[in-house]
Amino acid sequence: MGIELHRSQYLQELLSWARKYSMFVQPYVTACCGMEYMPLMGPRYDLSRFGCEFVQFTPRHTDLLFVVGTITEKQAPVLRMIYDQMAEPKFVVAFGVCASSGGFYQNYAVVPGIDQIVPVDVYIPGCPPRPEQIIDGIVRLQEMIQRGETHSQRELSGRATQGRQAG
Amino acid sequence: MSKAALEAIKKKFSSELLSEHAQHGDETLVVKKEKLVQIAEFSRDDAELAFDVLVDLTVVDYLIEGRTPRFEVVLHLRSTSKKHRLRLKVPLEEGAPKVPSVVGVWKSATWMEREAYDMYGVVFEGHPDLRRILLYPEFEGHPLRKDYPMARRQPLYRRPERQGDVWEQKHILSGPAAGDHFKGTYDLDR
Repeated sequence: MGIELHRSQYLQELLSWARKYSMFVQPYVTACCGMEYMPLMGPRYDLSRFGCEFVQFTPRHTDLLFVVGTITEKQAPVLRMIYDQMAEPKFVVAFGVCASSGGFYQNYAVVPGIDQIVPVDVYIPGCPPRPEQIIDGIVRLQEMIQRGETHSQRELSGRATQGRQAG
Repeated sequence: MSKAALEAIKKKFSSELLSEHAQHGDETLVVKKEKLVQIAEFSRDDAELAFDVLVDLTVVDYLIEGRTPRFEVVLHLRSTSKKHRLRLKVPLEEGAPKVPSVVGVWKSATWMEREAYDMYGVVFEGHPDLRRILLYPEFEGHPLRKDYPMARRQPLYRRPERQGDVWEQKHILSGPAAGDHFKGTYDLDR
């Protein structure tokens, strides 16, 4: 029978606590925001303090997608494919105004915000954002994960609830 | 650029020449499209001209200026041995603008002509492989034409074969149409 994870609130909280301090990052860096993303991993801002320093370049080993920079219409299916391949529960951060809303681009080529393609948990504004803003965004994402409020977690718990009702 | 060389090309193609002007030493010849390839070959092969590099090939859309003919293909030439430059302009009528390809003269024109076709819809007759180069084949229209609507979106992600995607059905297809949230805030066409 095993432990039914969704029924135990304490176990769920423990899992969330573990998840928020062990995020594996998949960076999707397309533009100049990447220049602000790089020092984030360095000693001065040191994102490893928040438990998400482990950058992977394979989506199947990651649960945090950093979309850093402008996403064009041509790239949109690629980004969606990477999101689909990530392990659940997965979290998405839109890094900078271009990823959040298209930024100052309003033309034939640029997607007006990656939320047209993937569900976004945290939007970090700025062109590009300061590393402090990104750390603030990460901390907010951790709070969301602890409360189980991210898109992916809500979808998973919804699925579990549906399963329980059906069973 | 030496006067003699410029006079030589003007004399040889005097019937093809529509106008000419020069500013700060950059000579420009506006020519008819019919003899463009011959003019290009002459300016490459002539010993005094020796334009061995096609620096740039692009199109200008004069819709907002209201000029007729509407389009103008612009070729920037450079001679590495003589160290001089020349600009050739070819006016094109609206409708189905066509111009002979200069790929046979300068091979570097292949991608530039594909880009000009992609962005402006100018057809380069005789081009070996005239496909879109930057945009995707599903794209309709030519976005750098001045009458292309600025806010028009042609999302590749919502193409029909992907509509079986569960998340897409839930979040995109049932929601407001893509780009709707731009209206009112960023609509600069109003």
